[in-house]
Amino acid sequence: MNETPHLSPMEIIDLYKTEFGAGIHDARITERGEGVQKTKGYNLWIRVDRELLRPAIKKLMDIRFPHLAVIAGNDLGDEIELLYIFSVFYGTKFGEYMVTFGIRLPKTDLTVPTITDLIPGALISEREKQEFFGITVTDIPDGRRLFLPDDFPQGVYPWRKDETGIKPEMIKELWAINRPKDRPAPPVPEKKPVMEVPAAEGEERKTGGAAE
Amino acid sequence: MNGDTTKKSTPYTVPIGPVHPALKEPVMFNFLMEGEVVKSVDFAPGNVHRGIEWMGMRRNPVQIVHLTDRICGICGIVHSLSFARAVEQIAEIEVPPRADYIRTILHELERMQSHLLWAGVAAHELGFDSLLFLTWRVREQSMDLIENLTGNRVNYGIVQIGGVRRDISNDQILLIEQGLAYYRGLLDQMKTVFLDDSTIRMRCRGHGLLSYRDAQLLCAIGPTARASGLAMDVRHDYPYCAYGDLDVQPVLPPQEFGGPQGDVYDRIIVRLLEIAQSIDIIQQCLDSMPAGEVLWEKKLPKLLSILKKAHGEAIGRVEAPRGECMHYVRMDGNDAPATWKVKASTYSNLMSWIPMLKGEQLADVPIIVASIDPCMSCTDRVTIIRNGSADDLTKEDLTQLSREKTRRFSRC
Repeated sequence: MNETPHLSPMEIIDLYKTEFGAGIHDARITERGEGVQKTKGYNLWIRVDRELLRPAIKKLMDIRFPHLAVIAGNDLGDEIELLYIFSVFYGTKFGEYMVTFGIRLPKTDLTVPTITDLIPGALISEREKQEFFGITVTDIPDGRRLFLPDDFPQGVYPWRKDETGIKPEMIKELWAINRPKDRPAPPVPEKKPVMEVPAAEGEERKTGGAAE
Repeated sequence: MNGDTTKKSTPYTVPIGPVHPALKEPVMFNFLMEGEVVKSVDFAPGNVHRGIEWMGMRRNPVQIVHLTDRICGICGIVHSLSFARAVEQIAEIEVPPRADYIRTILHELERMQSHLLWAGVAAHELGFDSLLFLTWRVREQSMDLIENLTGNRVNYGIVQIGGVRRDISNDQILLIEQGLAYYRGLLDQMKTVFLDDSTIRMRCRGHGLLSYRDAQLLCAIGPTARASGLAMDVRHDYPYCAYGDLDVQPVLPPQEFGGPQGDVYDRIIVRLLEIAQSIDIIQQCLDSMPAGEVLWEKKLPKLLSILKKAHGEAIGRVEAPRGECMHYVRMDGNDAPATWKVKASTYSNLMSWIPMLKGEQLADVPIIVASIDPCMSCTDRVTIIRNGSADDLTKEDLTQLSREKTRRFSRC
């Protein structure tokens, strides 16, 4: 592989701006230093047109083969934002940057092309986004569920903040689920001590004996 | 001719899991076997989902810090540290340098105990149980140190947003130095026991191979990636906590062992050498530990009101014992973060199992599976909800079934 030299965060942003122009909605750099010397680490956030996702990732692969950390997502109301979080230039002393590509999908068209042909390791993350956000990854080689059990209801996406998210009845009053119908409604009244008298007495005698 | 009809159909499937003695945590494997040889592998994680991210998106950051402690039982600090670092970046909180150093010391102590725990598990998977007991006895020293520094053996509860909750006193520094001396004296012995043993070498050399290219393409991280020759280590690549001040190099299998080959043996080498590296890092921290406060804001209501106003998004990442641990947090001026995504180390290493296990024998599966040091509780942290469908067994159903079975037996 022909490797380009190490670039500064600004040079990477400039490369993207010249290549994609208006397709870049927002590009910014955040930095953070910790410890005594406050050596800076850089994060690059690049929001692109949804059509430019694959070209943008290919461009990053041309710069240096990146490591895909994860695909994260935000439910923004009418849209779902997917964030492809990469790190690039690993192996360089304090020269690694996080590069995040954000794309927005309107909830009327939640499809995104797979990137597993570029980076096969993205499969786990793509499968997870399908089940947790209800998006469709086109051409995904393995579209099964990953973390959610097979009997999890269809059409419920845990990380959505709209009506397709987890419904209150799925988390509250779990005791009511599959409860036999022939029993009294809770709270169940306390049992009369009639049945437990011998046991309770036995207990008392035992503990009393131990204390003495 | 008759042979064809009686012949067992090959390849056949061997399921292992979700709960199996060879696996430390639940994960479902399906092996397609041809004779003793694994043809293909399929795995299904998700058996220890607890919905932690979902819970977090309904809690305030200080509560989440304590929730992150409980994502994993071994990596007690990496998740809380990643999360705290992400929130600190959003709210522009400056962590006092002393807190950064204390975080680093605990981070490395945790790496030591985690690698020792793994070494014991690996010995057990190889059928070398006396070594398991020895390793875990040695591990106790680091656990005792962690308990002394944080108050807990697991779920440390030491990280707070803006720093750490306990300072390290001078007496404790002495204790740490004693602990380091103890491990320094053991390092050569551990190397001899693990690396000069011909049985371990025969079982591990050349097994569970992960090539450099595969490690790159499948997004492997941590000791798994380093054993395949990828020089990636967040501590070296991306400054955080005190690592920006320290000299940390990624540990690759050295030339004396033939350089990186990407097999199980290399993963043992990398982890053993990283214990030595951790001792060195803790020593560097102790030598140059700055004085001062350990918490940015002691008053929790004040901290919470500041966090409530925070807007923005950030990534907090650290090098966990198993590789990069990353949290993405987005806050939009509410109590709870709008998004919280946890990427545990094993999440990235899962895919590496597929090339590693292909072509191996069934008997080698346990050690190869263990060689990435999988942590399913970290990976499966997401959501599980009972849906109440007819085929869903509740506790009552199970109790009922159990009682019926007991009665059936008592009738006989």
